[in-house]
Amino acid sequence: MKTTQILIAGFGGQGILFAGKFLAYKGLLEDLQVSWLPSYGPEMRGGTANCSVILSETPVGSPIITDPDVLIVMNLPSLQKYVDAVVPGGQIYVDSTLIHEKVERTDVDVFYIPATQMASDAGVSTLANMVLMGHVLKNNPQLTFDGTETTVQKLVPPTKQQLVDLNMKALQAGRDYQP
Amino acid sequence: MAERVLMKGNEAIAEAAIRAGCRHYFGYPITPQTEIAAYMAKRMPKIGGVFLQAESEIASINMVYGAAAAGMRVMTSSSSPGISLKSEGLSYIAGSDVPAFVVNVQRGGPGLGGIQPSQSDYFQATKGGGHGDYRMIVLAPASVQEMASLTVKGFNLADKYRMTAMILADGTIGQMMEPISFEDVEVETYDKPWALTGTGMKREHNIVNSLYLKPDELERTNFQRYEKYRTVEESEALWEEYLMEDAEICVTAFGIAARVAKNAVAAARAEGIKAGLIRPITLWPFPKAALRRAADQVKAFVSVELNMGQMIEDIRLATECRRPVSLCNRTGGMIPSPDQVLSSIQAAAGCRDGRLSEGQMTSPAQKGGN
Amino acid sequence: MATVFQKPHALTDAALHYCPGCPHGIIHRLVAEAIDSLGIEGRTIGVAPVGCAVMAYDYFRCDMMEAAHGRAPASATGIKRCRPDCIVFTYQGDGDLASIGMAETVHAAARNENITVIFVNNAIYGMTGGQMAPTSLPGQVTQTSPYGRDVTHCGWPIRVCELLSTLEGPEYVARVAVNSVKNVKAAGKAIEKAFRNQVENKGFSLVEVVSACPTNWGMTPQKALEWVESDMIPYYPLGVYKDRTAAKEAEAK
Repeated sequence: MKTTQILIAGFGGQGILFAGKFLAYKGLLEDLQVSWLPSYGPEMRGGTANCSVILSETPVGSPIITDPDVLIVMNLPSLQKYVDAVVPGGQIYVDSTLIHEKVERTDVDVFYIPATQMASDAGVSTLANMVLMGHVLKNNPQLTFDGTETTVQKLVPPTKQQLVDLNMKALQAGRDYQP
Repeated sequence: MAERVLMKGNEAIAEAAIRAGCRHYFGYPITPQTEIAAYMAKRMPKIGGVFLQAESEIASINMVYGAAAAGMRVMTSSSSPGISLKSEGLSYIAGSDVPAFVVNVQRGGPGLGGIQPSQSDYFQATKGGGHGDYRMIVLAPASVQEMASLTVKGFNLADKYRMTAMILADGTIGQMMEPISFEDVEVETYDKPWALTGTGMKREHNIVNSLYLKPDELERTNFQRYEKYRTVEESEALWEEYLMEDAEICVTAFGIAARVAKNAVAAARAEGIKAGLIRPITLWPFPKAALRRAADQVKAFVSVELNMGQMIEDIRLATECRRPVSLCNRTGGMIPSPDQVLSSIQAAAGCRDGRLSEGQMTSPAQKGGN
Repeated sequence: MATVFQKPHALTDAALHYCPGCPHGIIHRLVAEAIDSLGIEGRTIGVAPVGCAVMAYDYFRCDMMEAAHGRAPASATGIKRCRPDCIVFTYQGDGDLASIGMAETVHAAARNENITVIFVNNAIYGMTGGQMAPTSLPGQVTQTSPYGRDVTHCGWPIRVCELLSTLEGPEYVARVAVNSVKNVKAAGKAIEKAFRNQVENKGFSLVEVVSACPTNWGMTPQKALEWVESDMIPYYPLGVYKDRTAAKEAEAK
């Protein structure tokens, strides 16, 4: 891996920023250089939220992503906004429970995961974001599922360690999903 | 090596301030810096410190003024419109020669402006803001790690020179998370015999004051203060040079703009253009010597700024206009892409005899685009 | 020869710059007497305002600071929060406290900030030469109300004690005057109480001192003191507006 630029986007409240934090922490624990940049302000309150994560073997220059290698979207407006920005050969992960449109581009790999439905079925309905993350780790050649549990333990506050199992459940469901 | 943790830039400032010995924080909420206040509100009561949310930015800077006069390491933080309100207090703090530490996580202006990142308070920070002849040490971090290290440095410098040290950051660096370690915190301590502590009936009373009704006294005080400023200029300028050794085009940028510019410089090198970067870390004192040296070497300068071209004036002054300086800028909360900076570098590299024609200016604002 | 009268220790030897007949000297003395009698000079820090008392830092022997206009309660808050063992007071005029500094005043009171505020109300801006103050009386002629204060145009004078006493925060709010020997004595007691409250950690104590400005009122000192009695005090009645401790004690009985 040299540098992987990941853009995650959706509605406020879907755990977009948390998902990004998870990836950034995972990179940190793998001794990579990382940056995490959220969108902020009133648009976050019920509007669109997005988050740029860069994982790199060399120091991160600009933390702002204009051409993501990986796009993860959890609502239609975000897909429409960013679909053309993804670099050719890049990947797009779509929560297909919430987005029914298909990507027309043929120069990118697109993964459709019914993450919101899967999270609901698994009894972790607020963790569709982590279902997606599980699928990303499994399918992106630059990333790996190894060390996921350590990352989640690190990310969840010590007082709420019961959430580790729930997050792992969602991540594993995403990893094991076969279209 | 100390453990690397992920932290937001704003939180890094707060944690570094505490490690630098700051136990008093007075502030007022404003986006995009409120994480600093929130962090302080959580931490200060647990370490015997004081967090107080003031009724206004004006009150908060004057609380800082009082606490600084009492000899404490004290800070406030705000964002652009709030710093305008604090400027009165900054002038008094300068006029009384007390040390203070102030953070401006800039957003777009003027007026209420916007809340997205900006660097448009460069003039305000480096040229004044408040009334009267005074200076502040202005530190411009470009990473979360620097948010912390320059905070510690700011507290040290403020005490050393009895003046305000300001962190001039922006919404991006304030909001972003990067790995950070706190191993290099070096806290310097300075005696403060001038501080208000109560006389204890053992000494003459101390007076912290900026009023001099006799013009000759005020003039003398101002001259003395500028002697101090001269020492700061001679000894405290900081900057980073990137690929400058053989550079023919010198890109200048600070803070988040420098991060973008670095990517663009690397891209220019890949195209065979000998570009380099000078990143001022202190905006005042401005690293004039580095710019002057660069002017002997390069054909042209490109100043990348998140404003309408404020630092460009200092570059022209430092280089005595010996080389053309073009502006590559975005404003209002927009950030230039590395591609935009790259095309500015390309344009500068294409100039003949070190002269840029107006048509080669690549700012979208000047072209009327974007 | 026995000394029967002397300057309080907490006052320096500096000559006051106030106009002839100005009661600021009396009020400074009352503050210094309170500091002396409580034995707190060595741990007292005073905050001077912008206004006639701007140079009060030269007159009090304790550590002193000169604040920005209206901001003395904020700066005093900063000092007190850093040095809770110090006794911190502000000395402010009506323009400073009730106009430009109203927000700082109200919020310091609302926080029950453990400081002492001496508020000198002489119904005019003195230092700048006699402009209308937030406490200038209806009809009062000043440089900026040359036809008399027209309340339909520029509003009504503000009664600070009444206003602050509506707040839960403050410990003690009282109005006194310095226009007669009897009133001066009562003023001294109130000021000492305002300092003692702080020593006893009771909280925000403000004493409004109804004063005179012979120079800018255009009156002789004698006439000015009479005007305090005939015009000022009827609009600004003297008395204790809030005394939490006394109220609690009364309730207990």
